[in-house]
Amino acid sequence: MRLIDPAAVTRAVRDLAIAAACDLEPDILDALLAARDREISPLSRNILELLLTNSDIASREKIPVCQDTGIAVIFAFLGREARVGGDLAIAIQEGVRQGYSEGFLRMSVCDPLTRVNTMTNTPAVIHLELVEGDTLRLCMLPKGCGSENMSGLAMLPPSAGKPGIVRYVSELVVKAGSNPCPPVTVGVGIGGSFEKAALLAKQALLRPVGQPADRRDVADLETEILTVINEQGQGVHGMGGNNTALAVHIEVYPSHIASLPVAVNIQCHAHRHKEIIL
Amino acid sequence: MSLLRYEPRFFADLVKVILPLTAETMAGLEAGDLVSLSGVLYTGRDQTHRRLCALLEQGEPLPVDLRGQLLYYVGPTPARPGQVIGAAGPTTSYRMDAYTPQLLALGLAATMGKGARSWAVRQAMRQEGAIYLATIGGAGALLSKCIKKSELVAFADAGPEALFRFEVEGFPAVVINDLAGRDYYEMVAAKQGS
Repeated sequence: MRLIDPAAVTRAVRDLAIAAACDLEPDILDALLAARDREISPLSRNILELLLTNSDIASREKIPVCQDTGIAVIFAFLGREARVGGDLAIAIQEGVRQGYSEGFLRMSVCDPLTRVNTMTNTPAVIHLELVEGDTLRLCMLPKGCGSENMSGLAMLPPSAGKPGIVRYVSELVVKAGSNPCPPVTVGVGIGGSFEKAALLAKQALLRPVGQPADRRDVADLETEILTVINEQGQGVHGMGGNNTALAVHIEVYPSHIASLPVAVNIQCHAHRHKEIIL
Repeated sequence: MSLLRYEPRFFADLVKVILPLTAETMAGLEAGDLVSLSGVLYTGRDQTHRRLCALLEQGEPLPVDLRGQLLYYVGPTPARPGQVIGAAGPTTSYRMDAYTPQLLALGLAATMGKGARSWAVRQAMRQEGAIYLATIGGAGALLSKCIKKSELVAFADAGPEALFRFEVEGFPAVVINDLAGRDYYEMVAAKQGS
């Protein structure tokens, strides 16, 4: 059994929070560059150019890419042969608190009813999963809510099948218009139960942008939905063109024989994600 | 490792617009115009609006005279030492729709954020002679370069939702709703034949 120091977890989360806000990963930068190169609308091409400039300024000057530095969503994959020598959740929350304060990030978390800001950006949303091995993998996904608010979930009848899935997902993304800051990455969870589908949709966003699903039929469905969305021509920020979405990522899980849950979690073009293995 | 080395470069051929807006300037703007804003504007988002409208309902004075002004929907990140402001891009405008007609009735001339407005807000804009602009969502670092001065005006306890006064220079935006009632998002959608 390998022992992991909770102080190391806190430090890692703090550093991930700051880095995620200011430095986009190569996967999303490559996707934005490719979008710029294939963009047919001159205005949208101009805006994509501007977004690349923005990421460059953010990285060089350590200014957040977007002022919505998000509610911190953290996936913790803990190896069965590893043990944290303290409270993992407390260590993560403390890392978020330190990262948002020391990194000059925005405190965007409040009580849902009184709307009083906690002023620490905590609590973060933590998902713990036990996996093989003796390490702790921490994935940080600071989630902006312009895109999060455009997400949705449908309990489709199994008879809806693939055409029903394509229609639900594409209509949701198109109806969102420019609200979620397109070009978006679309996380889709199909199957499981009500809450499992939502979690799968979020987890789908951890995959490098544009990397197809392992299952061939799922990858084909990703391509089909992406094509339908981009054919609508809403484009970058609703300004027209062929880049409303950069990618569709689908995760699937077996469902009840009576059920076809489909969850859609939309991610903005400022797709911030970082991970570390301890 | 950086994949990119861009110099800040904005749109070409922007219509230069001075803030606060005059009736004449607004009349000359059309949906789809790319503009560059210079001058003074005020900021506010969800809680700012809630508080402003609560003051109006109680018959209390507002902390700032919004007549003729532009209200920018933004909740910036804090400035690092030596910076004017942190990232300061637009937030989604529809969340302000519930409050906007009240502020337009008061004489607010323009609003700026991202995304489409409700039918009620569009009608209120036509009635009051106001316009709506969108700027570039998710370009907070770049847009911060166009903000030359930032001053806290009210609601400090609301943190990022406080009301600020910004002095901007060359701030890029797109006119979405003009005085004639046109909506640029709708015009784009119509052009796609959808």
